[in-house]
Amino acid sequence: MFYREAGDFKTSYTADNQTFPIRFDRYRYYIVLAIGAGIIPFVITDYWASAILIPFVIYAIAAIGLNILTGYCGQVSLGTGGFMAVGAYTSYKLMTAFPGLDMITITILSGAMTAMVGLAFGLPSLRIKGFYLAVATLAAQFFLVWVFNKVPWFYNYSASGQINAPERFILGHAVTGPNAEAWAKYLFCLVFLFALAWMARNLTRGAMGRQWMAIRDMDIAAEIIGVNPLRAKLSAFAVSSFYVGISGALLFTVYLGAVEVGEAYGIQKSFLVLFMIIIGGLGSLFGSFAGAAFMVLLPVALKVLLVDTMGWDTALATHFQFVIVGFLIMFFLIVEPHGLARLWALMKEKLRLWPFPH
Amino acid sequence: MKKLLTTVAAGAMLATPAFADLMFPDLSYRTGPFAAGGIPFSDGYQDYFTLLNQRDGGIGGVPVRVVECETAYNTERGVECYEATKGDGALVYQPLSTGITYQLIPRATADGIPLHTMGYGRTSAVNGEIFSHVFNYPANYWDAASVMINVLLEENGGSLEGKTITLLYHNSAYGREPIRTLETLAAQHGFTLTQIAVDSPGQEQGNQWLQIRRERPDYVLFWGWGVMNQVAIQEAINIRYPLENFIGNWWAGADHDVASAGAAAAGYRALNMNRLGDMPVFAEIQQHVIDAGLAAGDGTNLGSVLYTRGMYAAMLAAEAARTAQEIHGVGDITAEMMRDGMEALVMTNARMDELGMPGIGPEFAVSCADHGGTGQAIMTQWNGTEWVTLTDFIAPDDSVTGPLVLEDSAAYAAEAGIEARTCPAS
Repeated sequence: MFYREAGDFKTSYTADNQTFPIRFDRYRYYIVLAIGAGIIPFVITDYWASAILIPFVIYAIAAIGLNILTGYCGQVSLGTGGFMAVGAYTSYKLMTAFPGLDMITITILSGAMTAMVGLAFGLPSLRIKGFYLAVATLAAQFFLVWVFNKVPWFYNYSASGQINAPERFILGHAVTGPNAEAWAKYLFCLVFLFALAWMARNLTRGAMGRQWMAIRDMDIAAEIIGVNPLRAKLSAFAVSSFYVGISGALLFTVYLGAVEVGEAYGIQKSFLVLFMIIIGGLGSLFGSFAGAAFMVLLPVALKVLLVDTMGWDTALATHFQFVIVGFLIMFFLIVEPHGLARLWALMKEKLRLWPFPH
Repeated sequence: MKKLLTTVAAGAMLATPAFADLMFPDLSYRTGPFAAGGIPFSDGYQDYFTLLNQRDGGIGGVPVRVVECETAYNTERGVECYEATKGDGALVYQPLSTGITYQLIPRATADGIPLHTMGYGRTSAVNGEIFSHVFNYPANYWDAASVMINVLLEENGGSLEGKTITLLYHNSAYGREPIRTLETLAAQHGFTLTQIAVDSPGQEQGNQWLQIRRERPDYVLFWGWGVMNQVAIQEAINIRYPLENFIGNWWAGADHDVASAGAAAAGYRALNMNRLGDMPVFAEIQQHVIDAGLAAGDGTNLGSVLYTRGMYAAMLAAEAARTAQEIHGVGDITAEMMRDGMEALVMTNARMDELGMPGIGPEFAVSCADHGGTGQAIMTQWNGTEWVTLTDFIAPDDSVTGPLVLEDSAAYAAEAGIEARTCPAS
């Protein structure tokens, strides 16, 4: 009944090539967009923004970025936290050095800077792969965090080594700093998420995305049919780092406001984003969203359920949270190794036939 | 999941009590690598408020409500806790984490909720003209560094010329705070300062102690917290570093830090911003809170170093609330009134005697311009079985920390675009 192609005729190549060829799917997408951009900003509260929506939007960008590299191009990366830190420190340096620069430019430049750093750390991928590449990117993670701790220029020689985001405005509304309204911060991040997701969708279905997937599926075969591994791998590293850098920049400027590199962008952040795409689904845009939502929502939902509703001791609840999250990750990996995206696809199949399964 | 959350949120809103109470959020951490310090502090903090409720019916007749939120010393979770509790009438936040403090300084100031970072957080918050809502009385890290050097000066006949002093610190905002003061003091007194960082959480310190073993500095000053403290003390024992020359700050001198090494750690010294030992208030907590089954923890921490400090923090908050009630003449104060109370807080020995904790802290008075108290601290030493107080309260060198405070707070004001308020000359 849902998701049916019947009666949905395409009369031009453009129509045939559109992102959501099924009418129902397209309308669902428009509705989600309308709710996200048109309704949520009016009802959002500080708590919803800080605890759920802004982290979700920011981590979704990071997850898309890592998914491009790991899910589409097959290059495992454990350097996500370090690359996010590059984005954050670039935007900090730009914000403090050029107070007149607007936030959109700053954020995009932070992404571009991260892309260049990512490119440099992507070079080893031409020689090594799999676990060995993971270790090389792990080195990037530790190296970058060490650099931002070690070189005082990056944190403007402040006594504590912390970086603080000054207040910046877009169209007269503060988007960073303590006086920024929840809706402004949310919309600012959402614009980036929308633009980047749209770009990722089109990149992955174009020639570049097909090259990445060819490399992922079998790099030797891909090379034989004419895919240049240097270009494909490095472009994946650059594009992925661009996304990750933007999310790191937003995490610092919009969400946290003050950051200490080892704590905010440590190895656990790399794992968090990696868990997001594994749970969400490798090589799927929807999976990036679902994984980010899962990892952001679950701790909050468990806290609300265990502490606020059932009145558990906060420490006990936190310990149980580890158990439950760990259990759910194992459960998903065993029952559905392709992640939430695969569950979604199965549900779509079922819905398509429903209510007449035969 | 969304529906569940909405239902729960709606339920929580309906369940909010309509009667007056004073809400003190407790951003605690009972899990993670820093829980060893977080648990006794939070127990002391909550138990004192429970005592006030049980014995006196609250503060000024208005009952106290403590809402605990687990942060695990993680800044993102700290922000979540802050946002979740601030709408509930929170009067003052004490996150017990320098990282979370940095997050909360601009937010709490914008929301008009005071922040009390007792002996941690941003040192330059002493300057009340710029940090209107942040208080760090009775002491801060720069005071601690200065007090340590003062003690060493006294031990060395007034001169540290040619000595080498190593700062071993937690590689975070917390651990880096004293560096600037120590650098200034090094230039002033002619000692050589080396800095050795330990990455969080600090369970691995082999390299750092190898370096100390090689360089054999005259003194090691220690800015540690959580599991890092036990590891450092054990490593110091392993390389046979003379423990009386190894001096921790007040977050590295709790019972659990030395308990695992036990008698081998005898001689290790640490600063403390509050006095230790038995006090009449402990008997009352035992009677009204622990025996009544209302303790926040299992009651075993009563009287330990960090329990005492948590209780001291709660006492200062309660006294500030009482001051605020007197200033504004209402029982059910708001966060802004609480801020006024904190700014007018005066701690005297008479008052501390009255509260059953004689001489727990130094006497001090907070003012509009000075949010930092006196900065005095005592030196304590582990004798193998318990912490022994060696000295009375020692004053820091304000001529060193004062200019640094002005410099750093001015830098913050410029960066954050804050106009300094003018305080009446006192």
